[in-house]
Amino acid sequence: MSGHSSSYEPTSRWGKWWDERLPIMRMMHGQFVEFPTPRNLNYLWTFGGILMLCLVAQIVTGVVLAMHYQPSDVAAFDAIEHIRRNVNYGWMIRNFHAVGASMFFIAVYIHIFRGLYYGSYKAPREILWILGVVILLLMMATAFMGYVLPWGQMSFWGATVITNLFSALDTVWSGLGTAIVEWLWGGYSVSGVTLNRFFSLHYLLPFVLTGVVILHVWALHITGQNNPDGLDLKQPSDSVPMHPYATAKDFVGMFAFLILFAWFVFFLPDYLGHPDNYTEANPLVTPPHIVPEWYFLPFYAILRAFTGSFLGIPLGGFAKLMGVIAMFGSILVLVFAPWLDTSRVRSAKYRPIFKWAFWVFAFTCLALGYLGSLPAEGVYVFWAQIFTVIYFAFFLIAMPIIGLIETPKPLPRSITDAVLGSGAAAKA
Amino acid sequence: MKNLISLSAASLLALSALTGASGAAETAAAHHEIVRQPWSFAGFKGQFDRAQLQRGFQVYKEVCAACHGLKRVYFRNLAEPGGPVFPEEAVRELAASWPNQIPEMNDQGEIAGKGGELFKRPAKLSDPILGPYLNDRQARAAQNGALPPDLSVIAKARGVHREVHWAIHPFLMLGDILQGYQEGGPDYLYALLTGYTEPPADVTVGEGMSFNTAFPGHQLAMPPPLSDGSITYQDGTKPTVDNYARDVSAFLAWAADPSLDQRKRIGWVVMLYLLVTTVLLYFGKRRIWSKLH
Repeated sequence: MSGHSSSYEPTSRWGKWWDERLPIMRMMHGQFVEFPTPRNLNYLWTFGGILMLCLVAQIVTGVVLAMHYQPSDVAAFDAIEHIRRNVNYGWMIRNFHAVGASMFFIAVYIHIFRGLYYGSYKAPREILWILGVVILLLMMATAFMGYVLPWGQMSFWGATVITNLFSALDTVWSGLGTAIVEWLWGGYSVSGVTLNRFFSLHYLLPFVLTGVVILHVWALHITGQNNPDGLDLKQPSDSVPMHPYATAKDFVGMFAFLILFAWFVFFLPDYLGHPDNYTEANPLVTPPHIVPEWYFLPFYAILRAFTGSFLGIPLGGFAKLMGVIAMFGSILVLVFAPWLDTSRVRSAKYRPIFKWAFWVFAFTCLALGYLGSLPAEGVYVFWAQIFTVIYFAFFLIAMPIIGLIETPKPLPRSITDAVLGSGAAAKA
Repeated sequence: MKNLISLSAASLLALSALTGASGAAETAAAHHEIVRQPWSFAGFKGQFDRAQLQRGFQVYKEVCAACHGLKRVYFRNLAEPGGPVFPEEAVRELAASWPNQIPEMNDQGEIAGKGGELFKRPAKLSDPILGPYLNDRQARAAQNGALPPDLSVIAKARGVHREVHWAIHPFLMLGDILQGYQEGGPDYLYALLTGYTEPPADVTVGEGMSFNTAFPGHQLAMPPPLSDGSITYQDGTKPTVDNYARDVSAFLAWAADPSLDQRKRIGWVVMLYLLVTTVLLYFGKRRIWSKLH
């Protein structure tokens, strides 16, 4: 699709002058105006554009917030209150940024689940998919460090718990984990030094993220978009030009998403946060119940599912290390999805068994999220272990096996057939 | 070593089981659901009631301010729109007569006199509303070891935790989101201020502590601050603990979120704009796509 030629012809002298030197308008015209998009895309395909909007909104609001913020353990909490109270419309910018992080994750999770359902990870889109996993990891790192910046109790203790995960490496090589953790902290505990470097990285990573997003879009424009039927573009009638067709749809999706976004910004700005983060960080007082932001809860549940034993299997001193490996593994396993899935059919629409597995997996993620918000005790640990097993089983067992045993439903011959019914292709 | 670890793990488990059990007994003894109150500023429609904020400030000034500061709120805020909106001149006088003055350097750049006492000046409109203590240590020394927290963001720093069945949880969440429920803080504060009772027979209250149904753990160093008739309202509102608690909780909700009124008003316009634009874009999209079919 990158070979897709651009019919751009500059009309003005200025345009011609540019085009001979840097044909960026030609490229934009080819890739974002004429670019063929499958005509059967549904609204789930608007989330790419929505995510782009989220990224830009986070960077713009973040840059403004950084103008008023002070990354120091004595000033950070006051700086947030200063922004909320004294900066003109500071409350709005801050709400946009804090709520924006959650909206970014809502959108990215929908985007990922769409990819899983319609098989967007499969050949030839493996690199596109893996770049997406890299983006997810960068988002997580950025969001985690961003949550530390208000320097409330959850900021501090969340940072303490999560950075301490690396100390699990002590069981691999004595002292290694501790050394890494102290290196991350810049001291012997989370402190103002840690806050300062987290602020630096929180400002840096979104630009790294933007770079990977550009690669992601590039890869997308090489392979072209997947679609609800999981079919390749075969004939001109299978696609429509990106503009005005896909763009018109993208704008509807974006504005509908903004309704949700604005609802939280203006009416529920603190709903997605934790009240404890309005108490200034205090290294001497541990909150009774440390929880991360909602978008980390499923992973947090997986981490904490590894207690002294896992479903009756004693783990001894390796429990923490296993938990950490499982937590990071739960994201990294996505990288292997293109090769774990043995089915040649992409879309779950035509995969009767995989469709079930997908919904079980989706429920599992929600259940893990719920369990992650509860204390790790009693029956909750048991269920977290069960759902952790199902989580990994989806990738490691269901994906390879279902592809081998399942009989897919007959696929339409083309996207045009899928949209207009067979036989319509000739007319279209 | 391994035995030791498993032993300590076992004892930890036993301990947590014990505390869990005693916690359950405790809640059974004094179970007190924190009830949602009909705040004027509740939900996506609500706005602050100016008269209530004025009464609430009076309660803060006459009762709470004896121990608690409000250091992130400035005197000028009391005269700004969206709050109690006292006349500016009255606030200026209030600031000048506020007992807790503003520490300031003298002309020689010294912060304290020969005896170590800080130089201070009367507050102005642009100054924060300070509590009686210079720092946490002084507060603890005066309060028998307990620390009266600053109340500027207390209404945001507290919430209500609901124990519900997992299957109901998503629906309650959705209900809260649709209503725009964000009043857990004031609900809790109201429950706390009206939650002082005699302890159940099986509970021994520590020395200097008070029993409170809403406070986590139920034993609180703050003695009951309000009593019927202790404050005289100017506007004829009944001088009851219930009203004092309600008004001061509303005031603290404003102190923690002084832009609430403006935020929601802008929010309505934004929602209207987004809804209309989304509908227009949708029909535009349909029109564009109709050429294809």
